[in-house]
Amino acid sequence: MSWLLSPGASTYARDIDAIYYLILVITGLAFVIVEVGLIWFLFAYRSRPGRKARYTHGNNTAEVIWTAIPAVVVVMIGIMSGSVWTHIKGHDSVPADAIPIGMEARQFEWHVTYPGADGELGTDDDFTVRNQLHIPVGRPVVLHLVADDVIHSFFVPAFRVKQDAVPGMSIPVWFEATTPGQYEIACAELCGLGHYRMRGMVTVHEPEAYEQWVREASTTVAAAR
Amino acid sequence: MTTPRAGTAAPHVGDLHPHDAVHDHEPSFLRKYIFATDHKIIGIQFLIMSLAFLLVGGALAMMIRWQLGYPGQAMPGGTVLPETMAPGGVIAPEFYNSLVTMHGTFMVFFAIMPLLVGVFGNYLIPLKIGAPDMAFPRLNMASFWIAVPAGIIMIFGFFAEGGHAGAGWTAYAPLSASPEHSGVSLGQQLWCVSLIVLGLSSILGATNYITTIINMRAPGMTWFRLPLSIWALFVTAVLVLLAIPILSGAVIMLLFDQTIGTHFFLRAGEPLLWQHLFWYFGHPEVYILILPAFGMVSDIIANGSRKPIFGYNSMVFAILAIAFLGWIVWGHHMFQSGMNPTLGTSFMISTMLIAVPSAIKVFNWLGTLWQGNIRFTVPMLHACAFVSMFVIGGLSGVFMASTPVDIFIHDTYFIVAHLHYVLFGGSLFAIFAGITYWYPKMFGRMMSRRWGLIHFWLTFVAYNLVFFPMHNLGLGGHMRRIYDPNQYEFLQPLQGLNEMISISAFVLFTAQLIFAANFILSWFKGEKAPMNPWEDNSLEWTVPSPPPHGNFAATPVVYRGPYEYSSPEVEQDFLPQTLRLPTDRPPAAASAGD
Amino acid sequence: MARSAVMRPPVLAEPGAGVYNEKLGIWVFLGSEVMFFTALIGAYIILRTAHPGAWQEPGEMLNVPITAFNTFLLICSSVTMVKAFAAIQEGRQKHLTLWLLATVLIGASFVGVQAYEYAELIHKGFVPSEGLYGSTFYTMTGFHGFHVSVGVLCLIFVTFRAWRGGYTAEDHRGVEVIGLYWHFVDLVWIILFTIVYLI
Ligand code: HEA
Ligand code: HEA
Ligand code: CUA
Ligand SMILES: [Cu+2]
Repeated sequence: MSWLLSPGASTYARDIDAIYYLILVITGLAFVIVEVGLIWFLFAYRSRPGRKARYTHGNNTAEVIWTAIPAVVVVMIGIMSGSVWTHIKGHDSVPADAIPIGMEARQFEWHVTYPGADGELGTDDDFTVRNQLHIPVGRPVVLHLVADDVIHSFFVPAFRVKQDAVPGMSIPVWFEATTPGQYEIACAELCGLGHYRMRGMVTVHEPEAYEQWVREASTTVAAAR
Repeated sequence: MTTPRAGTAAPHVGDLHPHDAVHDHEPSFLRKYIFATDHKIIGIQFLIMSLAFLLVGGALAMMIRWQLGYPGQAMPGGTVLPETMAPGGVIAPEFYNSLVTMHGTFMVFFAIMPLLVGVFGNYLIPLKIGAPDMAFPRLNMASFWIAVPAGIIMIFGFFAEGGHAGAGWTAYAPLSASPEHSGVSLGQQLWCVSLIVLGLSSILGATNYITTIINMRAPGMTWFRLPLSIWALFVTAVLVLLAIPILSGAVIMLLFDQTIGTHFFLRAGEPLLWQHLFWYFGHPEVYILILPAFGMVSDIIANGSRKPIFGYNSMVFAILAIAFLGWIVWGHHMFQSGMNPTLGTSFMISTMLIAVPSAIKVFNWLGTLWQGNIRFTVPMLHACAFVSMFVIGGLSGVFMASTPVDIFIHDTYFIVAHLHYVLFGGSLFAIFAGITYWYPKMFGRMMSRRWGLIHFWLTFVAYNLVFFPMHNLGLGGHMRRIYDPNQYEFLQPLQGLNEMISISAFVLFTAQLIFAANFILSWFKGEKAPMNPWEDNSLEWTVPSPPPHGNFAATPVVYRGPYEYSSPEVEQDFLPQTLRLPTDRPPAAASAGD
Repeated sequence: MARSAVMRPPVLAEPGAGVYNEKLGIWVFLGSEVMFFTALIGAYIILRTAHPGAWQEPGEMLNVPITAFNTFLLICSSVTMVKAFAAIQEGRQKHLTLWLLATVLIGASFVGVQAYEYAELIHKGFVPSEGLYGSTFYTMTGFHGFHVSVGVLCLIFVTFRAWRGGYTAEDHRGVEVIGLYWHFVDLVWIILFTIVYLI
């Protein structure tokens, strides 16, 4: 039962977490103010014999204050969120040097297509692996996310990345892993009876280990063909 | 379609007493209780129907909680379910999806919406504005008798070949539109038909409410003397009138995609179009589910603290502002859907702004309590619980409104926590407040205070134990609508929490049975209710409990607003709207027509 | 004055919309009808801008001349409806009945022509499952046709009542209410005809 987020493993995880903690503090404050006020009033002004309540219809300065302050606060939150959002999902937010990878979601698995040696998708040295995403650390990758049948959602909690995969659309999703290791891929959009087990794995390699993995994988897959 | 009303011989009486004829002879049992045109009876009919569906929705929730607390274990008594749903008592994945879908559907469309709009709209509007009945009593009867079959159709889905709809209450296409991918065909079609039928009922009801409130207010009942509950119900009716047809249109297209092979929401069409249409209806819908609660809570808090409502005008303004903003925020459900990210930013800003009118309401409620003389009646306790719980739900909304944070928490239990804090902590607590407050007027008997208190405290504690930890599940990355969290390593540590939530949920459900018992037993055994048990100023408390057919012996004349508590002008700490003080002049309309 | 009071707002009440309940009611109801067609037409516009290729040139598949004639019919029926209302305002019950009868007949023939048009198209193989073009065409025109049919049924009821002398110069609410609905349905058709057949 914790309000802290699990450690992030992508470059923009910390930006997202920062906004989250900011909102946590602000709303926490608002929460305390309201609840304390409520309980205090309920106790202090509980009915007692021979007392009559104060006869008032309101107070304009008070109205102005509690209209203006929240307005300023939420607009501020909005603006700060906006910049992080455009950095992550904005139209041309994908870094130029990002490694392109094809990611096709279908009931109920992830088909990952790697560019192969030439580093380009759509060429015949591409190769496809099921439910296994391998990426290098410290280098942005961009997934070209498509769906074969229904809507799915690519979700890697550790990277703070989530994006629906929609039939008929190809949506670029970029991220840059910061710590080597294995992380789970989840499907976050209800996509049928196997939704709950549409699970994949991301493996973040050191750069050279990644190169090696690509070489081996391409050959094994080619052999399989 | 409205066709002219018969028997409007004497125009004066004619329009204020739509069916005077009925006054003379006692109507038959059938006309009086089954095909009733009396708004009070129809309100009570809606109450019984929607409480029954609330029970259904709750029962489904219990099965959900069993599966999440004890995944893959046979559910106690689960073997009574057919093999297709729970083989050997163990809930099947496809059945779990139907459970979640139907839980959401029943709760939103068949429990909370009819409770707030159908029950209190029908019962309170004519009484509180001083009218003998709705503008169109027969249309009113129709709106109830159309809602009933809608519910029956929805129930039938469970027995449909291939199981009930399982695409979530939001029925995202293409899953909902393509049986080959969902394995569900008839169930999803019944879901569509049921909602189309229910929509017709809601639209007829809304037409009636709006006409009644505009045209049938008693002399002196000016717009700014209306109780906030009536303001809220009026604005809600406008939202219903304009939002429901959007849903009907969308659901019809969805139905065609399944049945006659159209391509609206399929790959060949626009899957996202469904989401846009659904949420363009859906967000106004969630305000339909909270505005009447705002209104009733305002009435009850003012009464409970024996003080005029704080800032009446800004309360009205806030209701209007929320209703308006509600139309331009739907995209906040679609931040991660692949929708244009620039749109996302503008939807975020408009969404954030809704915090402002909501803040106005919250602080005005506090202002009303401040320096009051607070009576802790059962309805008052529920109303205060509403304020404190709605704030939690509202504040969690701000996290999701922030696009980057939503990337992480979208479609996790954080959303589930949010929606239950606003819908249960908000709407349902307000409904409990409303039922316990107007029960004496409806049934002429008091509900038991002792059992009311027990129900309140049990519910309040258990409810928070169930839903508060769901925020933390969500922050742990726990996705919604998953049958078995343990499939994921990173979710396994959360199993203990899930189990705790489930146990609390079972307690919560049991606590509701206390309410049911209190509700039913008081009907027969409760002590007789006086005319005005809460010493309230509003018009319904100036007539007997329960009020006679036609409500008022003579058209009431209104001299002031409904919140004149502790006024210095009189000894007692309340001043009914119809009480004429020496200083009061009768309104112009009182002498009109003669 | 008290004689025609039913055609005015309820007395002994705060000033409201300034019209009697049934009239206000139908206006409110039409508000929801507007939103319903907004949903269908909005979907059509979005789909067509997203997939222009899925549509054929105007007139290529659809029979514009016949539908133009049908549009003319519907407009005529609005005129006869106006005539009917004018008649009863002056208490001419016989004329009311006749004009209503005309409206019913013209309205019914509109539905008839549409049925014929559908039959033609389906014969040509243009069915609802025929891409987005078929999907949107049949949904929009179909639901309009449904509204016309409902209108005709109500009109038949009103006509019958008129023939029985149910409406007078003092109280002819039913005529005005159905008239408003009828004009609305007519208006919707003119929009549909333009965006579905001509553009
Ligand atoms: C009664 C119903 C109700 C109400 C009133 C609300 C109110 C709000 N909701 Fe909620 N919402 C739902 C019902 C409701 N919601 C449901 C059912 C869903 C899930 C649908 C589904 O997917 O199944 C949902 C989902 C949902 C989402 C989508 C999340 C996602 O799927 O990723 C978002 C995102 O922005 C959101 C935001 C908000 C906001 C900002 C408010 C605001 O109106 C809240 C405003 C109130 C306050 C902010 C508190 C009071 C203010 C103060 C105390 C002042 C101080 C505050 C500040 C300075 C910030 N809601
Ligand atoms: C107002 C609406 C409402 C209410 C009251 C509830 C009540 C409850 N909900 Fe609800 N829930 C939703 C609306 C609601 N829910 C929605 C919209 C969803 C999303 C669905 C989707 O994802 O598609 C959802 C989803 C949802 C989930 C997520 C499922 C998933 O994503 O996998 C869970 C899981 O725990 C859950 C649990 C519960 C529990 C334990 C209750 C308990 O509070 C239930 C307690 C019991 C009752 C409230 C019944 C009381 C009965 C009476 C008082 C009747 C008295 C009778 C007489 C007098 C005759 N709900
Ligand atoms: Cu794929 Cu859920
Ligand atoms: Cu919303």
